Amino acid sequence: MVLKTLDVLGPQHGYGIARRIEQISGDILALNQGTLYPLLLKLEHEGSIVSQWGASENNRRARFYRLTVTGRKQLQTETRDWNQTAAIIARFFEVKAEDLP
Amino acid sequence: MRFLRRFFIRLSNFTAGRRADQRLQEEMAEHLALQTEENLRAGMSPVEARRQAALKLGAAQAIREHHNAEQGLPLAENFLFDLRYAFRMLYRSPGFSLIVIATMALGIGATTAIYSVIDATLLHPLPYPHPSELVRIEANLPGVGAHDVGISIPEFRDLQNSGIFQNVSLSFFGTDNLTGSAQPVRIAGKSVSPSYLALLGVDAQLGRTFDPHDATPGFNLEVVISDGLWKRAFGADPHILGKSLRLDNDLFHVVGVMPASFRDQGQTAEERSPDMWAAAGFADDPPPMRGTRLPYETIARLQPGLSPEAAQGRLDALVASLKKQYPADYPSQGAWTFHLTPLAETLVGNVRQSLILLFGAVGLVLLISCVNVANLLLARASARGREMAVRQALGAARARLIRQLLTESLLLFVLGGITGFAVLFCARKFLLQFVPESLPRLNDISISWGVLAFAIVVSVVAGTIFGLAPAWLTSRLNLTATLRQEGRGSNGSRRRSGLRHVLVIGELALSLVLMIAAGLLLRSFWDLFKVQLGFNPTRVMAIETSLPNPNDPNTDIYRTATQESVFLREALRRIRTLPGVEEMAVSDRAALPLGHGQADLTPRPMIREGQDVQSSQPPLIDISTVSPEYFHVLGMTLLRGRLFADRDLEATPSIAVINEAAARMYWPGKDGKGEDPVGKRVRLRTSLRSPLPDWTTIVGVIADARTESLADAGTPQIYLDIYQRPAKALAFYLRGQVDPAAISAQVRTQIQSVDAELPVFHAETLDDVLSSSLSVRRFSMEMVALFAATALLLAALGIYGTISFLVNEQSREIAIRLALGAQRRDILKMVLRQGLTLAAAGAGVGVAGALIVSHLMAGLLYGVSPYDLSTFAGVTAVLTAVAIAASYIPALRAMRLDPITTLHSE
Repeated sequence: MVLKTLDVLGPQHGYGIARRIEQISGDILALNQGTLYPLLLKLEHEGSIVSQWGASENNRRARFYRLTVTGRKQLQTETRDWNQTAAIIARFFEVKAEDLP
Repeated sequence: MRFLRRFFIRLSNFTAGRRADQRLQEEMAEHLALQTEENLRAGMSPVEARRQAALKLGAAQAIREHHNAEQGLPLAENFLFDLRYAFRMLYRSPGFSLIVIATMALGIGATTAIYSVIDATLLHPLPYPHPSELVRIEANLPGVGAHDVGISIPEFRDLQNSGIFQNVSLSFFGTDNLTGSAQPVRIAGKSVSPSYLALLGVDAQLGRTFDPHDATPGFNLEVVISDGLWKRAFGADPHILGKSLRLDNDLFHVVGVMPASFRDQGQTAEERSPDMWAAAGFADDPPPMRGTRLPYETIARLQPGLSPEAAQGRLDALVASLKKQYPADYPSQGAWTFHLTPLAETLVGNVRQSLILLFGAVGLVLLISCVNVANLLLARASARGREMAVRQALGAARARLIRQLLTESLLLFVLGGITGFAVLFCARKFLLQFVPESLPRLNDISISWGVLAFAIVVSVVAGTIFGLAPAWLTSRLNLTATLRQEGRGSNGSRRRSGLRHVLVIGELALSLVLMIAAGLLLRSFWDLFKVQLGFNPTRVMAIETSLPNPNDPNTDIYRTATQESVFLREALRRIRTLPGVEEMAVSDRAALPLGHGQADLTPRPMIREGQDVQSSQPPLIDISTVSPEYFHVLGMTLLRGRLFADRDLEATPSIAVINEAAARMYWPGKDGKGEDPVGKRVRLRTSLRSPLPDWTTIVGVIADARTESLADAGTPQIYLDIYQRPAKALAFYLRGQVDPAAISAQVRTQIQSVDAELPVFHAETLDDVLSSSLSVRRFSMEMVALFAATALLLAALGIYGTISFLVNEQSREIAIRLALGAQRRDILKMVLRQGLTLAAAGAGVGVAGALIVSHLMAGLLYGVSPYDLSTFAGVTAVLTAVAIAASYIPALRAMRLDPITTLHSE
């Protein structure tokens, strides 16, 4: 989700990402927003994102996260994997007893 | 890939101590600010807006911890924390730490020392490529009880052509006189098949070794010399190749120098370090006959992939077919066989058992020191019960506590190991002096990286095993009870004291096993030391020389006994004039009691007149050649007949003296009562050059003397007169008040004034020879005794510690008893009874263990049964006495307890 957010919105600071996730999930996913930061650090260590200081909308110092090439690739693989998993599970729910040969 | 990248970044953050705390703080502050603004826009009051923002963010401290954990390596960080804490604990109780470290240093240092010996001798006995392919081949005649009887040239060729071996080589160890330099020296050398060095797989450092396909029948007059001789005699001359050496008056030229690291194989220390190798075809002299066995050593390299067992099977088949083919040469009563032994085993041979025993003993010491330390750790655990309880109450997980305690004990063990290793490393020169010289590969014993690794692995393994149990029990406690009672009388402590009892019992049992082993070894050593020698070594000095043995017999100036007797009589006459010399004798090296001459003793066939015929398998007997005075100088008693006299010369009929064992064994008489062997005639093949030797008449019988082996009383021996049979390797005996320091040079001057080409060496008193023949036994006895004493000390400390601890724990109970009117003597008895119970249990277990161990070491004992009752009883009594003495001190303390102070202090 973090990667996708960054993919869609471009470079973003922590609060922006958290807000975005909240909006998209329609406030269903309301986790402690703080847990986002260790996750960001992990992704950065893995090389999927990079970060640097920048100025926020109201001219405050904020750390902006940006997707890297590796991160984009990772996003693609994970999207594919997810779609596959989701498709399989969806099919399980669709299938009815009389459909089986 | 991604995982690795993450790991390395975390590792580098961890090692660089980089922290991301500042950055997180800023980010969170920004986050809160943005959220608060949003909330304000949504119409909240400023206070409420900030509160909601903080709630949404979650627990800041937990996030910080997560973030930090993500940044570095929490496991390693915790380990460092534990380590730092462990060091602080170490400083806080220096006495305790010192005792634990010293105990472990003792255990690990001793184990490592013995391991370094074993590493060099048992684990890496053969410094050659593919050592497992190397075997020694021995021909035996089990039918007549003879071993290693030598090999004939046709048999050697059969082995070469059998297809079982890549290569087979003969070798013959001997000495040569190297002349031409300022002082003639005797050097040890090996006559070998040309393929010998190639078979071992070692090449020369300079020049070359022999051409393995060289087919010269006799010596090819090429020698390869050792690095030692090259440096000693030639000053490491880089142009040595092609230069000549005069060895026993024959000229050889040097073709190669072996590397300094090269060690030859062989049974004795001497044979393993020859100074030169000469290649010989072993084929010209005498003409190869199947029945003529020569005293050569045969080694071979097996075909790759062939196991020694499989090779032995094929060898047996070869022997069977040879016996069928040549029935006349292999009489059935001899039951001739070839026996194959991996070369590595023949090298360590008799010391293997001793070394394994030592390693076992030192292992027990290590075990005892570990147990002792575990005991100490447990004792401290009860003192730290409160600390542990507080930590748990504050939320420390049990696994975390165990990890911390384990780190502490590991630190102690590893420090102990390092200390032990350091002491060993500093004292290695000093310690090596105690290792007997007869130990194979003595010079290769070193404190290497492998030994260091061994020490560290042992410390870590021991620390984990013996640190885990105390850590487990320490961390397992009843929180409320401990906190309320300040660690006294809680559940955990009862379990702990149970474990402590088991540990002390184990410790006592282990030290009993060690002490019994030491006791048995001491008894056997003492018995050997006190054995009736049958000869008198006091005030006798032996000095060796050797006459040249040139390849062409016609150039030999000492060819016949008459020629040699001129030299012998003159040398004896001159040496007798030296100050202090009272009596003189001379013999060949084989007659030198218990000394270097043992290798020269090869049993030879003896044909008895009227009993044996040439073609049957005659009995074998050890032959020595001695001068008439030999028996008197060595104090051997004549039982029957006469000794040699001055009138017995080469021209007169040849005569011999035998010992009682030979008379008993070979002339048992018809009714078994014994027959007088005096006057009987035998044929002895002493020289290969005379196919059918003359009859020799036995003129006397002497009492048995243990000149061949201290442990063996009755080896059949026959003595010939040196004035009738010439000998090349000679030993002069001087009885009297001589100055051992000066005598060697004096005798050299006298001998060289007769023949300036003769080397004189190995001056030694027979007492020294005697004591060094016991060196391996003495070494293992002393070591085991030392270990046993250490074990006893540790066990005493263990029982003392346990009893004092019990007294401390029960001080309240004791005080109440005293206050209620118990007699002080009863208190003493009560405490002593506890000590005695432990000692009895330990002794019971220990005796059972000792029975197993003594059974295993039966081969190392002499003259004492492995189940010797007096040793077992004596040692058990000593252990019990020590245990009682160790518990007496705390018992006294218990007795003198002042009930009022004790009860008040509670």
